Amino acid sequence: MLPEGLIFNIKRFSVNDGPGIRTTVFFKGCPLGCWWCHNPESRSGETEHVTITRTLHGREFCHHEAIGKTVTVEDVLSEIEKERVFYETSGGGVTFSGGEPLLQPDFLVGLAEACRIRDIHTCLDTSGYCEPLLFRDLIPKFDLFLFDIKVLDRSKHILYTGYPNDEILINLRQLDCSATGYIVRIPVVPGINDDEGFRDDLKKLLETLTMSRKEIHLLPYHPLAKSKMKMLGREYKMSDSSELDQRELHKFADSFQQAGYKVKIGG
Amino acid sequence: MNDRIGRLRIQSLQAVNCISAERATLVTRFYQSAVANEVSVPVQRALCFEYILKNKSICILADELIVGERGPAPKATPTYPEVNLHSLQDLEILHNRKKVSFCSDEQTRLAYAEEIIPYWRGKTNRDRIMRLLPAEWQESYKAGIFTEFMEQRAPGHTVLGDKIYSKGMLDIVNDVRSVRDSLDFYNDPMAFEKQEELKAMEIAANAVITFALRHAEKLEDLAAAETNPERKMELADMASICRWVPAHAPRTFHEALQYYWFVHLGVVTELNPWDSFNPGRLDQHLYPFYHKGIEEGILTRDRAIELLQAFWIKFNNHPAPPKIGITAEESNTYTDFSLINLGGVKADGSDAINELSYLILDVIEDMRLLQPSSMIQVSKKSPDLFLQRAIRIIRTGYGQPSVFNTDAIVQELVRQGKNIEDARRGGASGCVESGAFGTESYILTGYFNIPKVLEITLNNGTDPETQKLIGLETGDAAGFTGFDKLLDAFNRQLNHFINIKIKGSNIIEKVFANHMPAPFLSLLIDDCISSGRDYHAGGARYNTNYIQGVGMGTITDSLTAIQYHVFDKKTIPMQQMLKALQHDFKGYEDLQYELVYNTPKYGNDDDYADHNLVSVFEMYYNAIDGRPTPRGGTYRINLLPTTCHIYFGSKIGALPDGRKAKEPVSEGVSPVQGADHQGPTSVIKSVAKIDHIRTGGTLLNQKFTPAFFKDKESIIKLAQLVRGYFRLDGHHIQFNVVSAEILRDAQAHPEKYRDLIVRVAGYSDYFNDLGEDLQNEIIRRTEHEVL
Repeated sequence: MLPEGLIFNIKRFSVNDGPGIRTTVFFKGCPLGCWWCHNPESRSGETEHVTITRTLHGREFCHHEAIGKTVTVEDVLSEIEKERVFYETSGGGVTFSGGEPLLQPDFLVGLAEACRIRDIHTCLDTSGYCEPLLFRDLIPKFDLFLFDIKVLDRSKHILYTGYPNDEILINLRQLDCSATGYIVRIPVVPGINDDEGFRDDLKKLLETLTMSRKEIHLLPYHPLAKSKMKMLGREYKMSDSSELDQRELHKFADSFQQAGYKVKIGG
Repeated sequence: MNDRIGRLRIQSLQAVNCISAERATLVTRFYQSAVANEVSVPVQRALCFEYILKNKSICILADELIVGERGPAPKATPTYPEVNLHSLQDLEILHNRKKVSFCSDEQTRLAYAEEIIPYWRGKTNRDRIMRLLPAEWQESYKAGIFTEFMEQRAPGHTVLGDKIYSKGMLDIVNDVRSVRDSLDFYNDPMAFEKQEELKAMEIAANAVITFALRHAEKLEDLAAAETNPERKMELADMASICRWVPAHAPRTFHEALQYYWFVHLGVVTELNPWDSFNPGRLDQHLYPFYHKGIEEGILTRDRAIELLQAFWIKFNNHPAPPKIGITAEESNTYTDFSLINLGGVKADGSDAINELSYLILDVIEDMRLLQPSSMIQVSKKSPDLFLQRAIRIIRTGYGQPSVFNTDAIVQELVRQGKNIEDARRGGASGCVESGAFGTESYILTGYFNIPKVLEITLNNGTDPETQKLIGLETGDAAGFTGFDKLLDAFNRQLNHFINIKIKGSNIIEKVFANHMPAPFLSLLIDDCISSGRDYHAGGARYNTNYIQGVGMGTITDSLTAIQYHVFDKKTIPMQQMLKALQHDFKGYEDLQYELVYNTPKYGNDDDYADHNLVSVFEMYYNAIDGRPTPRGGTYRINLLPTTCHIYFGSKIGALPDGRKAKEPVSEGVSPVQGADHQGPTSVIKSVAKIDHIRTGGTLLNQKFTPAFFKDKESIIKLAQLVRGYFRLDGHHIQFNVVSAEILRDAQAHPEKYRDLIVRVAGYSDYFNDLGEDLQNEIIRRTEHEVL
């Protein structure tokens, strides 16, 4: 029997998570606790129950919804296959995102292998937070990685995500040594990594890598998660006034472009 | 654009839409003349046409390069009292209404009161039609089950092919004469009728030559009086162009455009045909003149652009002729649906895109005018570059061009019996209708309200609005033992009303053939000349009548809701569902909530809902496709609403999909507004479950916020999305690019958004000119926001 996994969404016509028109499968459960997380509903590895209010002609209705659904590889594949025509016209495919897909390695590998058999391009969107030996074995299962770099300073990484970044950096180097392409993605968060110091450190780090694609994506911070956190009854650590300065964002993009990187804002 | 075009454009934008009584007065005087009553009907119509063109005022404006106006000035709009007669009250309503108004001055009203109304009252073609239509037709019409296109405008719905670019009107007259000379009065029982039709065609051809010569004379006078030497020479050149075309085949780019424009004026002066008239594959027709002009050094790229821009402005000067009565909401717009086609394939099947295709896209982007409408045809052979160029124009938010699938159009036309070359020379016109350009009469006969048929079925043949029994008594819906019983009753009801619609259309078609022939239009569409038959009487090589189905999303979701809740889950008894509908969900809000939020919906690539779409499609297709029309044509289906889904919605009570009474039904083949929540690929997959190839056009509207077009990569992805839809045989897709905030602001501050054009349904319109309900709907339509 193929393994089962816990996911919380399958998004079709996903155009910001890799090449072409893609389907993004959102895995539920993440080891990190990034302050700015845009998908806080992805963190818990359990199904959560929330009540949301819907309005119809001015009347409010309460709706109970389960976030998270246990599914089989076949379940997900049949959804992925629905979009085949668009993968073929666009050079797209499927992206595994989350949450952290690497928390459910058997399910993830089951999906990746099934996609490879069907000639569907796969992309893994990951925090890189994973036991390095496991990570090494998983690299060749995917066609492309979207690898997050959030904070470089070890203690700051612990502060803002809950964990150190040693394994993340090891895994980045493992990936760099492999034949699999990757794009570095940086969530640009006000007050945390939108400063020149971080940019310089990042540049130094990337210069030590082969980085065959030389491509980075900047994901601008958006306070949209605030209401989600409230709904989930969790504390939102970002301050209310946090807003990303668009000039800082463009400075970020410009400085890497000048250094010879292909930069995309918004992924 | 250069200063001159800028001035002409502003002049066109600022011209006030008004009614001109000139044509109506001339027609009235002609019909009162002795000669009008001494000749056959076709000759009478041709002489009437000649009388108008000999006597109407000639309008030539400063800066113009292409000359000729339908009325005495830009946006001075003629009326057609022989087709339908405006009452003084109509003129008053048109004058005062807020949206799509037409002003009329004292003189116009006086002409109507003293001359036009007294002569035409009770004698118009509309009066004739209304007297002949049976009571059952009248009842269904009043109940809002269908509309009728031909009660107020003439059939037309056609597009010019390449004929005029190699033949002058004198050459065409020679063709007419040779057919006339070879008529066989001993063996052909139709010989006399053919002779009269051919006589009429010759009169009409000469009339348009005379009309051009009148322009030449005026241009010569203007040249003589002109002090600016540059303009003086230009006016003299334009005069010699008008002396050459339309009498002779055009030799230059300028002559080709001016020739078409005279032909266009002829068609829209003879009658008020639907979709005005249309040069069709403009990049194909003009390319030889463009290429030759550039090669010979007599044309520059800039001059070609300037001439095309001047040509564009002429279309914008002509709003659709206003209707009578107050049923304006059926299709209420200034747009007259002249849809210029770019791209596609050549008759030999090769890719047709050329340098001019791109150049005309530049013109479209630069002009930003409501009319003419424009579209691109994309075949599997078309380069992505062309599609992406078009999407970059769509991004600017003015709704043009729309995007069509050439391979689907060609297959649709071939299935209908056209030969492959004629099919490849075709395209889409009006909103989205497929046609063989230059060889086909493809008439849209009216919209058909599919969800209304379900409402009547659920009420055992009675229209709940009037409590009149107008349909079949298919049984008490609460007694249906299974979903198949309901479908069967719905199907019988559908066929009943389609029969009534077709009976009416067949009568109307004969009325036009017998009383309102169009000899000038007949000169232009093959094979009217060689067959000696009028365009309205089956003279065209191909003849098609469409009945346009409306509300596919609403009917699908309504049937699905019944199947899901009444028969499969058994959570809502039919009796309770009917009660809830009867009370417009008052006191049944929880039930309505279940219907809206907890029911499978069409547009999400969910077979549970989508299979009902396919069932309804097959029923509608089987009820219509293949039935003969009196002029030797065939009935076909297409699925498009223009703005009729608003009117149709206003005639229906609450429906099982949770829609409240009087709300609009869904438009085209698009899902119910707001019912799709899985993004555009899911919508496309759902929509592609019907066989578009067996239609003559379907309309899919997708609204995107500007975020979708933010960079080159996004544009490439949208192009790939289109390719995906077209690979699944989708016929047409249009993008609305605008944010809801902008639209809300436009609603609050219309003065700030006078140039805001949005895609409505198969065409674009000024947001300010739309009724508030339509504005609201456009705001509501699902925005596929990407975060």
